Amino acid sequence: MSFATLSFTLVFVAISVGLSIWLRLGVQRDVVIAAVRATIQLVIVGYILKFVFQAHNVLFILAMIALIVCVATWNARSRARHISGIGWRIGLSLLVTEVVTQALLLGLHIIPFQPRYVISLSGMIVGNAMVASGVLLNRLQGEVANKQSEIETVLALGGSPRQAIYPHLKQAIRAGLIPTIDSTKTTGLVQLPGTMSGLIIAGASPVQAVRYQLMILFCILAGSAIASILLGFLAYPRLFNHYEQLVYEEGVQSGRR
Amino acid sequence: MDMHAIEFANVSLCVGGDTLLRKVDGRVPKGRIVALIGPSGSGKSTLLSLCNLMRTPTSGEVFVEGREVRTWPVRKLRQKVAMVFQSPTMFPGTVADNLSFGLHLHGLSLSNPAGLLEDVGLNSSLLDKRAEDLSGGQKQRVALGRTLAMQPDILLLDEVTSALDVHAKLEVERTILSLHESRGTSMLWVTHDLAQARRIADIIFFMDAGELVEVRDDAAAFFEQPQSAPAQRFLATMREGDGVE
Repeated sequence: MSFATLSFTLVFVAISVGLSIWLRLGVQRDVVIAAVRATIQLVIVGYILKFVFQAHNVLFILAMIALIVCVATWNARSRARHISGIGWRIGLSLLVTEVVTQALLLGLHIIPFQPRYVISLSGMIVGNAMVASGVLLNRLQGEVANKQSEIETVLALGGSPRQAIYPHLKQAIRAGLIPTIDSTKTTGLVQLPGTMSGLIIAGASPVQAVRYQLMILFCILAGSAIASILLGFLAYPRLFNHYEQLVYEEGVQSGRR
Repeated sequence: MDMHAIEFANVSLCVGGDTLLRKVDGRVPKGRIVALIGPSGSGKSTLLSLCNLMRTPTSGEVFVEGREVRTWPVRKLRQKVAMVFQSPTMFPGTVADNLSFGLHLHGLSLSNPAGLLEDVGLNSSLLDKRAEDLSGGQKQRVALGRTLAMQPDILLLDEVTSALDVHAKLEVERTILSLHESRGTSMLWVTHDLAQARRIADIIFFMDAGELVEVRDDAAAFFEQPQSAPAQRFLATMREGDGVE
């Protein structure tokens, strides 16, 4: 596709802006910013990937993965600014997710060690793990705020922070996984997934495209589960202090209602 | 050091620029009931929560049986100094599950749930009932039973009867007093019900604006002749409000 052909697709952006102005939705500025950012980011990434794919250098592959994990960590961190020390915990969860999934994919020779496989799959796995982590952190904070009296009753009975938080942590982990599970259940019925669509547009056989798509779906499922569970268990101790008191805002001790 | 059940030594607590407690000094003798009274927001519940380390003071020290709370193993302290909250939290499951909940947290089991339920004034036929289906008064008694199953030496009661109707309130109160007599448990009991404070207390702690302004060994004398100006004002206001003598 040439840049000239691509420029015709700006009509879709214009439709969104036009509708926003007509209905006074007030999102026209955001639509333009989103379109400009997506264009700049993807064009840059396109050229970087072209370079990395041609160079076929392990260091470049690792640098790309590090960039993916860092950006995903930074984004998920914004969901839990009140939990101190959450940043490196998110980063570690995403890194472990990436290492485990890639180790299996490469170790079992499901994919060859080539940048176009490793980097593309890393982006999808870490991206979905990031979304699951964000949902988990949101839900965990909501559970703590809503179930404070239950948690403090367990603590007051001499229960450990883990015993106090576990039922709520389970709910948060489930919440992190449900979007991935649901989208896996309906895949192909509601929409054709991105990888499959891309391969078909690029001329691959739909049967071959389905196989790649299934591999990716299963990796995403596993990646989201690993990231949510690991992050849940790394994050919950930050909700309690040394004296096993519930602390729901950094530096502020909780008060019973 | 004389072994009081609880001792507050120059305790202050500040949170986010607000002073919740200011230089509190006081002692709860072993085996006695101290009623903690005062206006809303005077720091009663906050003071209570320092005793089992649900909060920590900004300055000063809190001793339980002569040992500063921060030097106790936390879970052991909370077994020894148990707390019953204003709103009883029932966990999913039966009444029996709830009675043994605290012991299960410590890997123990409850040997006689029926006896415990009767101790808190409930019929043992309720054991298999869903805890959520109980009335407010029954829930509060199950919460009390759950706490007593831990066999605490000190009981912290935070307005445990304030959400109950008059009948349930007197029943729960009677249950607690009979347990106090049989087990000799030391109690620090926050209440805004002055008539109740008069009925149950050996000692009165009166708090105002985060300060413990009056401590009286003779509860009746406090209500007849409060010595501090804040207590006099508080009692006068309460008498005007609900006719408590």
